[in-house]
Amino acid sequence: MATEHSRTAARLMVSPAVILLFLWMIVPLGMTIYFSFLRYNLLMPGMESWTGFDNYYYFINQPSFWAALTNTLLLVGGVLCITIFGGVALALLLDQPFKGQGIVRVMVIAPFFVMPTVSALVWKNMFMNPVNGMFAHIAKALGFQPYDFLSHAPLASIILIVAWSWLPFSTLILLTALQSLDREQMDAAEMDGANWINRFIYLTVPHLTRSITVVILIQTIFLLSVFAEILVTTNGGPGTASTNLPYLVYAQSLLNFDVGGGSAGGIIAVILANIVAIFLMRMIGKNLES
Amino acid sequence: MGQITLSAVTKTFGDVNVIPPLDLSINDGEFVVFVGPSGCGKSTLLRLIAGLEDFSSGKIMIDGKDATDAPPAQRGLAMVFQSYALYPHMSVRKNIAFPLKMAKLSQAEQDKKVDNAARILNLTNYLDRRPGQLSGGQRQRVAIGRAIVREPAAFLFDEPLSNLDAALRVTMRQEISELHQTLKTTMVYVTHDQVEAMTMADKIVVLNAGRIEQVGSPMELYRTPANLFVAGFIGSPKMNFITGAEAAKHGCHTIGVRPEHIEVAPGGIWQGTVGLAEHLGSDTFLKVRTETVGELTVRVSGEMNLHHGDRVSLGPQPGKIYRFDENGKASA
Amino acid sequence: MARKTTATREAITTVAAWTIGFLIFFPILWIIILSFKSEGDAIKTPLAVLTSDWTLHSYAEVQERSNYARHFWNSVVLSLGSTIVALVIAIPAAWSMAFVPGKRTKDLLMWMLSTKMMPAVGVLVPMYLLFRDFGLLDSRIGLVGVLTLINLPIVIWMLYTYFKEIPGEILEAARMDGANLRSEILYILTPMAVPGIASTLLLNVILAWNEAFWTLQLTTSNAAPLTQFIASYSSPEGLFYAKLSAASTMAIAPILILGWFSQKQLVRGLTFGAVK
Repeated sequence: MATEHSRTAARLMVSPAVILLFLWMIVPLGMTIYFSFLRYNLLMPGMESWTGFDNYYYFINQPSFWAALTNTLLLVGGVLCITIFGGVALALLLDQPFKGQGIVRVMVIAPFFVMPTVSALVWKNMFMNPVNGMFAHIAKALGFQPYDFLSHAPLASIILIVAWSWLPFSTLILLTALQSLDREQMDAAEMDGANWINRFIYLTVPHLTRSITVVILIQTIFLLSVFAEILVTTNGGPGTASTNLPYLVYAQSLLNFDVGGGSAGGIIAVILANIVAIFLMRMIGKNLES
Repeated sequence: MGQITLSAVTKTFGDVNVIPPLDLSINDGEFVVFVGPSGCGKSTLLRLIAGLEDFSSGKIMIDGKDATDAPPAQRGLAMVFQSYALYPHMSVRKNIAFPLKMAKLSQAEQDKKVDNAARILNLTNYLDRRPGQLSGGQRQRVAIGRAIVREPAAFLFDEPLSNLDAALRVTMRQEISELHQTLKTTMVYVTHDQVEAMTMADKIVVLNAGRIEQVGSPMELYRTPANLFVAGFIGSPKMNFITGAEAAKHGCHTIGVRPEHIEVAPGGIWQGTVGLAEHLGSDTFLKVRTETVGELTVRVSGEMNLHHGDRVSLGPQPGKIYRFDENGKASA
Repeated sequence: MARKTTATREAITTVAAWTIGFLIFFPILWIIILSFKSEGDAIKTPLAVLTSDWTLHSYAEVQERSNYARHFWNSVVLSLGSTIVALVIAIPAAWSMAFVPGKRTKDLLMWMLSTKMMPAVGVLVPMYLLFRDFGLLDSRIGLVGVLTLINLPIVIWMLYTYFKEIPGEILEAARMDGANLRSEILYILTPMAVPGIASTLLLNVILAWNEAFWTLQLTTSNAAPLTQFIASYSSPEGLFYAKLSAASTMAIAPILILGWFSQKQLVRGLTFGAVK
């Protein structure tokens, strides 16, 4: 519903954004694809040569790749589980009337604003450190042996740290969604004889589906590329116990200077992300339409 | 000046033909109302005149100049929108002054014109308020004020009263009519309400599915509707249509009788039972189930004491029967 | 039926909510507390920490040892700069998509969002090499560019959802009133969308402030923002709890306060308008 004139203007005005994003997508990605077929090491400049799919072959066949792939999925899945279930529970709690709602809300949302490097360092040193960390102090006070979280359960620890950062996000969004739930609908259901479990299953959960989809979409975008938390806490170790794909690519290309191998890894990460993205976009597209 | 001529205008959205070729001319100073059911293309037609939509083909002349490709701002028209479309972040004064500011008038001239418009529209005391602080009627007046200051060749109104409550609608209707008499500027007014059309228009254009069904003065349309559609659309309550044997008696496919043209009196040609009786005070509308011609709506005097279940005898006033052929066209 | 127990129930909810809220907030509270302690006190048991003396010593030392002001300024320049550039590109784009939608508009939006899905590591190497070859490593201008691009889809999407709520009739009215495209966007759309633009700005400043992939990869010192400043504490300075806490507090305080003040506006932005 517009004139040809305004349509032309519209095309003109949307084009800078489209062109920039297109270049941003295609130029580095094209270079990555190109590098991924080269034997290319930063320590041996000028020695680049064409190797076909060798880089992919070696990247996939190194044991750390499968570890990294598993870790990536575990990390995304673990954090999503904690934040969705925790978020729903917390949102339900905060939606009840109680004293000091404003202050509690401010406290709950705070971790979202903490930059990843800070939260990782704080958890690593002040809480999970086996000598001076808070958890160690508590364990000693209760007569237990302090547990070295980052050495013995590195991935779980990182999941915990990341989940702490993202729990406020899901809580806040789900809480907002809950508050938009029609109270009259709830009252009607109560009149119809639905108890709180039924009301939760048949009214609350369907009402939250859309917001949960949004939470999953946005979090997945960010969780697939968790990097700083790993860099700061475990450096991917011990071994590859907490290495995810982004970290593996980083290690391969900038620590081992193997640009070819790193690029191949990058492309694999892009493919993985695209598989997830197609799946998510379908889901979100449907949910956002309505 | 405000003469608008549309020739062979069409509009298609994708594959949908919203307006088939259409010709229309609007004379200077006329109050023209486009009326029709929703989706009949009347708003699209107005937006085409405004320049907010492109013609698919055809030509528009404004004051003798070809304006087909002119952008909205250069057509010299002003529009009052259904939602008023006031700028919420500007005061009433700034709202009214906006077109003047766009025309790069000096501040002094802007103030003069805004004050003048505000006086005409009784807005002087509200000039510093924001649209959000005004009532529906006041917002409507601001929208009109914004249109007036441009001194346009013609005003375009897109269902301007549909967001007002019934009482206010009557007042604003009268105000717009008075404004037209004062300014004597061409006005093109879109509505789905035939009462607005009848009360305000010099000329009514009845639209249906993008086609013009009939053009004429309110009383012409009332007295001599060109077809079934116009006959059914103009006049309230709706005209009764009777087909079958009764129509055949009059030598046509369908006959129409307006509710106010049916007499309830002993010895009428139709017999029936009163179904619903709506007492408005001055008038009473009856739904009468007749034995021979189906259900009829009848308007009788409010004093007539009839109720559900009463038997009545009724018949059309002489000479007030409309005849239509099988294509719905009026036949003599 | 259960209405009588409301008071009890509220008491229980109050206790539960405050407990959980406190636990979630505790790590932040703890670093704030530690930042006001001496190094010796900071590694004591929690109870001993609380009863020890308060001092500003750590802040002084962090200030002395590293250039907090420079990193802070870099963070401000990077986050504000990238957000403003993104807004300038996004406002016209969002105008187009919201008010002159075509058949492909939804697809275009989805495609833009999908560029966010591309993992940064996928393009790390070429970006690194491009930055190296163009001499952009450790430069603010290069990083502003990258942060603009990675946040652009979100900025466009957020603005789109805000613009969608502005009735098109108002812009048409402006057009009838003689406004050209520039005036229409400048005098009508932008002022009307100020709340939406503000919350878009806020959210993206926060995202850019906390962005910790490109800022860590592409800067070392000159252009390094606070993420890099903190990462430099990862070891062995990490063992100095009080200093680490002071540095952390200074790194997160600005954005934490900003976030608290704007949490209401953030929600809508964060969900791309899907939740109101």
